[in-house]
Amino acid sequence: MKIAWTFLGAIVIALFSFTAHAGTLDDVKSAGVLKCGINTGLPGFAYTDDAGNWIGFDAAYCRAVAAAVLGDPDKVEYHNLTGQQRFPALASGEIDVLSRNTTWTFSRDVDLGFTFIGVSYYDGQGFIGRKSLGIKSATELDGASVCIQTGTTTELNLADFFRVNGMTYEPVPIETNEEARIAYLAERCDVYTTDASGLAATKTTFEDGDAHMVFPEIISKEPLGPLVRHGDDQWADIARWVLNALINAEELGVTQGNVSSLAGGSDNPEINRMLGSEGSLGEMLGLSKTWAVAAIKAGGNYGEIFERYLGTGTALGLERGVNALYTNGGLIYAPPMR
Amino acid sequence: MTDQSFFRSQADLLPERSPPPATTGVLGWVRGNLFSSWLNSILTLIGLYLLWIIIPPALDWAFFSADIAGDDRFACTSEGACWAWLDQRYNQFLYGFYPADQRWRVNIALLLLIPALIPLLFDKVPGAKIGRWFSLAYPFVATILLVGGFGFESVPTNKFGGFMLNITVGLAGIILSLPIGIVLALGRRSNMPVVRILSVAFIEIFRGVPLITLLFTAAILLPIFMPPNVSFDLVVRVIVVVTAFSSAYMAEVIRGGLQAIPRGQYEAAQALGLGYWRMMALIILPQALKISIPGIVNTFIGLFKDTTLVIVIGLFDILNIGKSMVSNPDWLGLSAEAYVFVALFFFVVCFSMSRYSSLLEKRLDTENR
Repeated sequence: MKIAWTFLGAIVIALFSFTAHAGTLDDVKSAGVLKCGINTGLPGFAYTDDAGNWIGFDAAYCRAVAAAVLGDPDKVEYHNLTGQQRFPALASGEIDVLSRNTTWTFSRDVDLGFTFIGVSYYDGQGFIGRKSLGIKSATELDGASVCIQTGTTTELNLADFFRVNGMTYEPVPIETNEEARIAYLAERCDVYTTDASGLAATKTTFEDGDAHMVFPEIISKEPLGPLVRHGDDQWADIARWVLNALINAEELGVTQGNVSSLAGGSDNPEINRMLGSEGSLGEMLGLSKTWAVAAIKAGGNYGEIFERYLGTGTALGLERGVNALYTNGGLIYAPPMR
Repeated sequence: MTDQSFFRSQADLLPERSPPPATTGVLGWVRGNLFSSWLNSILTLIGLYLLWIIIPPALDWAFFSADIAGDDRFACTSEGACWAWLDQRYNQFLYGFYPADQRWRVNIALLLLIPALIPLLFDKVPGAKIGRWFSLAYPFVATILLVGGFGFESVPTNKFGGFMLNITVGLAGIILSLPIGIVLALGRRSNMPVVRILSVAFIEIFRGVPLITLLFTAAILLPIFMPPNVSFDLVVRVIVVVTAFSSAYMAEVIRGGLQAIPRGQYEAAQALGLGYWRMMALIILPQALKISIPGIVNTFIGLFKDTTLVIVIGLFDILNIGKSMVSNPDWLGLSAEAYVFVALFFFVVCFSMSRYSSLLEKRLDTENR
């Protein structure tokens, strides 16, 4: 029996290592399509338009990678993954990159054997409550009942926050965001807690949105970003620098509209290096010279993607906040292209 | 004194009168069924009150003060339901992500289902014998139409979704699980130990594990154990799991029917010189299956509703399409409408199955109880 288990384990390890050492870039090129893992439905990040296409902030990153690698942003095969499915799907090679609002944590990066390639959205856990409660801050929530999704890190963060502040609370366990919304509106709980982006999305559905407020306290760090498997550094570099190119493009003023004209050459050597009219950054990645042009053309730079799917012009109406460029007082910062 | 006074003559009888008005007609029915005692009267009043507080607001929400037109949820300004998405999204609810220019293939497959089903469901239609050959060919025809090949553009099954995914998985499960269930039921009652043990093991393993666990195994564990680049189609995996699961239930339902057949029937069949297969096919199974109809249809309905469980492995059946719609910022918060719509769809399909089964029971009734 013991021998059999050892044998089985050896096979599994062999499969894993085989997957890890195959060149993902070559696989994607020969398949002609990028297999990208996204959410099964999260407002702003991954959702369907009325024609049945998957769009959103996370899906836009998949399109940028496909454009950089294959030259065509439409060559994406979306794999809609649940929270439990996402890590096995990436580990088994079912998908090439996971762009599914996944929080970068120590254990996921180190223990699960993935490589987070950057942060595309800084989220954090917050609270929404009725203004009629008469409080202005989450630190005054002593004794409140709190709607909370079970089995997530939000539950642990909540316990930590109330313990640190010496307060008590009564948890009202809820399964999904939609249930939580209904429970909160039915006044089964005083406040509802989840990621701030989710709170903003929920708030837009309230008929009397002005009667509710999101408290200023953000009680956890949820840096969301794309990730790839351990062990294929070339592929990780490609995934990382596509994201960095999108961020740098916003900083340098390269947009979906002007990228084609700037690709011919400009006064700014950094733009020229990024867009391939100077230097050989594309070749170093194993891609074509115009990889970044294609990636930016797919959906615009970081700021344009943000505004299209999450920003104040959308039904979600999220402010840039900490997700503004570092030059505007935010945290979004990409290393230079040189 | 004569005997005459002892016998009543015809003329002495009271004339026939109609029954008291309170015991006939609507009034009589109401009195007899709704207000026959104090307890019943109270229960009736409570029932009426509940209907009064539930039905009018529900109708008002769903119809009278509902919005039916608009491009997004902000166009829905009234108090009631917002059905504006139906117009924009019915294609997704029907076809999922099936390519728009290929959707006619789904329509044809669905239309062909009618001539395929009618000869099987009703035996008094003209040309039923020939029609049944088409019914046999239908699964292959439909597969080619939906998946592609033979000149049709190939459509990957991860584009399947909505109503058509429920129908595909449900129908494939129903078609496959009945014969497999019969074989398993016979196997479980077999005298051959290997056959019996294998059947019992199959039934107990698949019946003893929740369907969600099996789906997770098929969707998450299988890719880890398979070599890379070898992948079974996810929809095929789901059909296999759903079929295996309901076959196990089906086997037990049919075994119940088999046990209801008296031993005399077996002995009579053997006395006629019939072998095992002919005895089963001609004498035992026709009777056993007839007895099992309610159980079989029960399993079918359960199977069809269980197709929504594919939601846990990220497939977009009609329920998940509804959920994904609600994650579009334009339609956020309309989950009640989406769920009501999906519930209505399932009710129509399952109720039709149930009606058909009672029709079948009446038709096959030989009153030999």
